[in-house]
Amino acid sequence: MNGFLRLVHAEFTKFRTVRGWVAGLVLAVAVMTGLGILPGMSGSCNISPCPTVLGPGGEEVTDRFTYLHQSLAGDGSLTARVASLTGDAVVLAPWAKAGLIIKDGTKPGSTYAAVLLTGANGVRMQYDYTHDRAGAAGVSGSRWLRLTRTGDTIKAEESPDGTAWTTVGTAQLPDLPATAQAGLFVTSPQYAEQVGVGGAMSTPTRATAAFDHITRQGSWAGPAWTTDTVGGEPPALPPSSSTSTSQSAQPSAAAGAEQNGDTFTLTGSGDVAPAVAGAAGIGVSITQTLVGTFAALIFLAVIGSMFVAGEYRRGLIRTTLAAASGRARVLAAKAVVLGAVTFAAGLAAAAVVVTAGQRVLRGNGVYVHPASTFTELRVVVGTAALLAVAAVLALALGVLLRRGTLAVTAAITVIVLPYLLAMTVLPAGAAQWLLRVSPAAAFALQQSAPEYHQVANLYTPPNGYFPLPPWAGFTVLAAWTAAALASAAILIRRRDT
Amino acid sequence: MTDRTAAKQGPEGHAKEWLGLTDWTAAKQGPRGWYSMTLRAEWTKLRSAPETPWLLLAVVASTVAVSLTTAALTPAGSGADPVRLSLTGVQLGQAVVAVLAVLTIGGEYSTGMIRTTLAAMPRRAAVLTAKATVLAFVVLVAAAIAVPLSLLFSPLPPGDGPVLRAAVGSVLYLTLIALLGLGVGAAVRNPTAAAGAMLALLYVVPLLIPAFADPDWRRHLQQITPTSAGLAIQATTGLDGLPISPWKGLAVLAAWAAGALLAGGLLFRLRDA
Repeated sequence: MNGFLRLVHAEFTKFRTVRGWVAGLVLAVAVMTGLGILPGMSGSCNISPCPTVLGPGGEEVTDRFTYLHQSLAGDGSLTARVASLTGDAVVLAPWAKAGLIIKDGTKPGSTYAAVLLTGANGVRMQYDYTHDRAGAAGVSGSRWLRLTRTGDTIKAEESPDGTAWTTVGTAQLPDLPATAQAGLFVTSPQYAEQVGVGGAMSTPTRATAAFDHITRQGSWAGPAWTTDTVGGEPPALPPSSSTSTSQSAQPSAAAGAEQNGDTFTLTGSGDVAPAVAGAAGIGVSITQTLVGTFAALIFLAVIGSMFVAGEYRRGLIRTTLAAASGRARVLAAKAVVLGAVTFAAGLAAAAVVVTAGQRVLRGNGVYVHPASTFTELRVVVGTAALLAVAAVLALALGVLLRRGTLAVTAAITVIVLPYLLAMTVLPAGAAQWLLRVSPAAAFALQQSAPEYHQVANLYTPPNGYFPLPPWAGFTVLAAWTAAALASAAILIRRRDT
Repeated sequence: MTDRTAAKQGPEGHAKEWLGLTDWTAAKQGPRGWYSMTLRAEWTKLRSAPETPWLLLAVVASTVAVSLTTAALTPAGSGADPVRLSLTGVQLGQAVVAVLAVLTIGGEYSTGMIRTTLAAMPRRAAVLTAKATVLAFVVLVAAAIAVPLSLLFSPLPPGDGPVLRAAVGSVLYLTLIALLGLGVGAAVRNPTAAAGAMLALLYVVPLLIPAFADPDWRRHLQQITPTSAGLAIQATTGLDGLPISPWKGLAVLAAWAAGALLAGGLLFRLRDA
């Protein structure tokens, strides 16, 4: 082991004494930081506050629905049957929602729990925007639902006939006040479609549901119900950005509620769900600040391939291999030194860019989607790991090809070109396939917008969504690098220098 | 002494041969003789370099393979420009072209051959012009093979005007990328760093454009960057939505290539080898 440490020390000495490499490393950090914090864009959020609704967890949410409600003091329950759920104007959206909800008032973004019937996703219990539990699947058209409050605990139940009840789930809502608003709700989200390459069409939809067999237990305010359209009326359409062919059609009639005997008919449009970036989003994510990663990648790939190809060019490789006891160990020592140095440089650059870059963007009035500390940490560490592994891939290719020019071209081409093609020319299917199998899959580490299965959206690469989870994408790059390193280790032993 | 024996004896053989020739042949032929001799020297160097045939083969293979794969993977009626999709391989082929271009001059700096070259032919402008000529020729030939093969299964008839423009334009595009690479190679000298610079120009610059929020800025950048403007030549549908018209875009790339060759040539003249 001591021998290996000596090798590492020798390789580190080589690295730090070549002025061009150290300069390249500094340049990589400088370019990445510069591109991240230079005010490349400006927005209008400092002139008029950007209209965003934050949920109880600080995440961005959409909160717009037709609400027939009254106040419930303390514990109690509400039972009703959704007699029908139909879509009109465009389609019945798969995530159109009709059901029962208990909520802290009618202010958008406040805490809630709901049990609901969807257009095509069966019965669900949802609470505080990001939580979703599936009940009976394959149910559509009609279902009995019940919501029960006991202290902070909300229980959701469903039944096909009003007698045999099954629990969908329970939720703890610590922020729900003693007197909450409870009642019936209907809403129907945006319906997004892919149009051509990179284009998207997003249309609002509207749903109508009939409720009957309404029974209440507990201290309710009285027989009178209040109708509200939470989140504003009529449903204002979010501006469609990043779409070349966006179209919007307003729902034909306003949202509202009607009573006919014991039957209530509600019509609504909107969603009660986490807000997603993409076809209908505004602002940018923290990924935006990391645009300089590509420039840094070029510098580090050049350094990585020269770190070994330069030795082949000058014949130093013979001295290096003569001095060491094992050729594969020399390769390992080089990989360790290069990986560590580039990881440190990438970490410094990414940390500065993600923290300072966000501040610059916000200062310019650009709306930056908030990301959790954990997400920011993953993006920063992931970017550093991506750069380090890419540099080691260039190193391995340098051993395999023995020519720096070929090695750097191969490394950049396999990492950057698939990303470029997926973002620009390729249709969604081919783009997603490419970002699963090529080393460019590692850019999934930089995705900061979470993907919610309960929100229909175009989760495609040009909209900022990668087909693989972050670290799975990184594993693809790591596997390619490991394969290249293994081949390099075999070849460096077999070949003459 | 024939070229073959000269190649076997390595750079020195070349040098002696050409130095020997300069004594009397060139004197008889005048300035024209100087240039055709330099051209022959560069042609011999390019065709006898071990990597040249492999790189040219790689230009054709990568362009055709990526083009055909993309066209096969794309379902019909995806809304994408079918000709542009069938020419996607040019995006990979241009990287190989850039390597060949950079090595044409950078390779001589790596081995020290450049000193021999300049001792034999001290007119540096003539050396660079000769290099540009032979490089443009071989890339033109390789591209002229690769592009029609890429379009082999394209749904549109090749006689169609826009398709013909995309095909001819793609061949010229690759040739211009080679000249741009030669200019960058002459300016940067170290072939690995020059390849890095070329790849940054080809792949990273287009990725930086979306960082600008202002659509006017984005459009303007797409009009002046070499790849975004140059690849407009591949468009056959939606020409009105393009930031720059096809031939104008190719002219922008030509301006980049000319500028790079001028800058590279100037540095080549001013610096020691």
